[in-house]
Amino acid sequence: MNVASKPALDQATLDDRRLAKVSARDVDVFYGAKQALKSVSIDIRPNEVTALIGPSGCGKSTFLRCLNRMNDLIESCRVAGSIWLDGEDIYTSGLDPVQLRARVGMVFQKPNPFPKTIYDNVAYGPRIHGLARSRAELDEIVMTSLEKAGLIDEVKDRLQEQGTGLSGGQQQRLCIARAIAVSPEVILMDEPCSALDPIATAKVEELIDELRQRFTIVIVTHSMQQAARVSQRTGFFHLGELVECGETEQIFTNPRHKLTQGYITGRFG
Amino acid sequence: MIDERTARRLARRHAAERRFKLYGMASVAVALAFLVALLVTIVGKGYTAFAQTGIAVEVSFDAGPVKEGDFAGLVKSALAARFPEVTARNDKRELFGLISSGADRVLRDMVQDDPGLIGQRRVVTLLASDDVDMVFKGHVTAESGRLTARQAEWLASLRQTGAVSLGFNTTFFTAGDSREPELAGVGGAVVGSLFAMVVTLCLAFPLGVSTAVYLEEFAPKNRWTELIEVNINNLAAVPSIVFGLLGLALFLNFLNMPRSAPLVGGLVLTLMSLPVIIIASRAALKAVPPSIREAARGLGASRLQVVTHHVLPLAMPGILTGTIIATAHAIGETAPLLMIGMVAFIVDIPAGFLDPATVLPVQVYLWADSPERAFVERTSAAIMILLAFLAVMNLLAIVLRKKFERRW
Ligand SMILES: Nc1ncnc2c1ncn2[C@@H]1O[C@H](COP(=O)(O)OP(=O)(O)O)[C@@H](O)[C@H]1O
Ligand SMILES: [Mg+2]
Repeated sequence: MNVASKPALDQATLDDRRLAKVSARDVDVFYGAKQALKSVSIDIRPNEVTALIGPSGCGKSTFLRCLNRMNDLIESCRVAGSIWLDGEDIYTSGLDPVQLRARVGMVFQKPNPFPKTIYDNVAYGPRIHGLARSRAELDEIVMTSLEKAGLIDEVKDRLQEQGTGLSGGQQQRLCIARAIAVSPEVILMDEPCSALDPIATAKVEELIDELRQRFTIVIVTHSMQQAARVSQRTGFFHLGELVECGETEQIFTNPRHKLTQGYITGRFG
Repeated sequence: MIDERTARRLARRHAAERRFKLYGMASVAVALAFLVALLVTIVGKGYTAFAQTGIAVEVSFDAGPVKEGDFAGLVKSALAARFPEVTARNDKRELFGLISSGADRVLRDMVQDDPGLIGQRRVVTLLASDDVDMVFKGHVTAESGRLTARQAEWLASLRQTGAVSLGFNTTFFTAGDSREPELAGVGGAVVGSLFAMVVTLCLAFPLGVSTAVYLEEFAPKNRWTELIEVNINNLAAVPSIVFGLLGLALFLNFLNMPRSAPLVGGLVLTLMSLPVIIIASRAALKAVPPSIREAARGLGASRLQVVTHHVLPLAMPGILTGTIIATAHAIGETAPLLMIGMVAFIVDIPAGFLDPATVLPVQVYLWADSPERAFVERTSAAIMILLAFLAVMNLLAIVLRKKFERRW
């Protein structure tokens, strides 16, 4: 069964794949014998926020984790199809997933700072990738990352305190700072606000909008309002298929597919 | 308002809760009572071993016997001078029985320290024999037959002049084993135990931790790793004597390693504690939340970096606790060491990993088997030292856990 109709797919992909930052074609994902994604094709455009929405269990996280090969860590998981980053196939055997993850960063659903100091949390990525040649350079990276994550004013006097001692919202922004410290090109966010209160959520959303200038962002969210607020494009997943993808405004005001319509009007979810 | 049925049900529930609490307290009380009984008997029996009876006599350091190294002769002359009425050969031998056969050592040490003593006279406290020790401490009566009637008389006369006294028993801590209780000590056994423990720690800790890390973080989950896992769990439950037999067959008979050596003892204890350390380490690794691993992987850390930078440091307190508990367990182990000959009677204190040695629990076993009354208190005293050893190690484990405990 192919619920995604042709016109919707045309919206999802560009005619010229080279214009996309990340490009996926016919991606199938299996967990053991169970198929979690069916023939997903999408082009993620540079310096845009792309939101992925859909009922839970529809494969949003699975797709997101394909983009930096985090699914490699799950033994039962098998990925078929092609994904390109800047025209480079990220699933070729020659590519080191460790190097890929330096270019495609990730922020998780639950804030997960390391039980280390705030400084060490942010400095960890640059350290393992050898991005700083001196202590001063590392300090510089840490400070600018915290600044870009909008956290600097809150933590500049307590860089040597434990990252786990921050509030939930601060922890999540610390995780964002940690991700951008390695200067990735793409940042993947898997429901980054689902564990946060509304005020912390608002701050993170504001931050996402600013980060768009420098990074390409793919965000999974179960909140349609959030997708409407932060994203330029939205993809709707249902039962492992990308049903519809288009400009956020169009998806929310004039969905082409009746499944999308049903979801955004709250008939199921 | 609570109606009557609800009130009755509530009352029953509260009664059940109180009963349950009472059972719990009762079982704790019983356990405590056993512990107290154990400690009281051991300490009550053993504390006297830390003191040793000495007999003060005036010794004249004559040049002749000192030159020949005949310090036993000095002891005998001193006693003969104290009791000039004893002249017959047999009587003299009886008299000399009051003093330990090792009493001359203290005189040799004195002369070695200060050669100017030669030709002088000094009052020296000589080590009493174990029978005198027991009588003086009141463990046996003078009439019990351990001392002859005349020996009892001499002892009484010595006591009258205040020559018999109790002093701190340093021999017990510094000496190795001996047939004479008053000359026997746990020094050799403690050193043997320490050597065996060092071998066990140096082998079991790195081996156990790397096995646990590999199985937990790297190995694919398939039939083979499952089989290995089941076998490790089974090994942890194998009776310790079986490890002793394995050590006998493998290390002594096949590899021709020396018998009674702390190295072999440590190897056997390593085999025994490895499964326990592996299981404890895996549990500690499992307790590290997966979100930490994901965070590090998401930043581009390699598998090894994830383990060495994040997982292992976070799991280390748990791993150390498990290792210390397993080692403490190994230290108290007797059966497997009997199989590899550590039960031999060894007088010398081991100086290396290949010297014949015994260990504390085996020393306890050996002394508990000895008929002399003086060994009874030494057995209990050795148990006290073993228990102190274990208590210190467990305390260390608790301190480590408390110090590095983390929440996330
Ligand atoms: N590690 C896994 N092993 C097996 N099945 C999984 C695993 N992760 C996700 N799945 C399955 O894949 C499907 C998609 O899951 P997911 O991508 O997490 O959905 P979403 O993020 O949209 O809620 C679900 O049916 C889920 O049960
Ligand atoms: Mg999800």
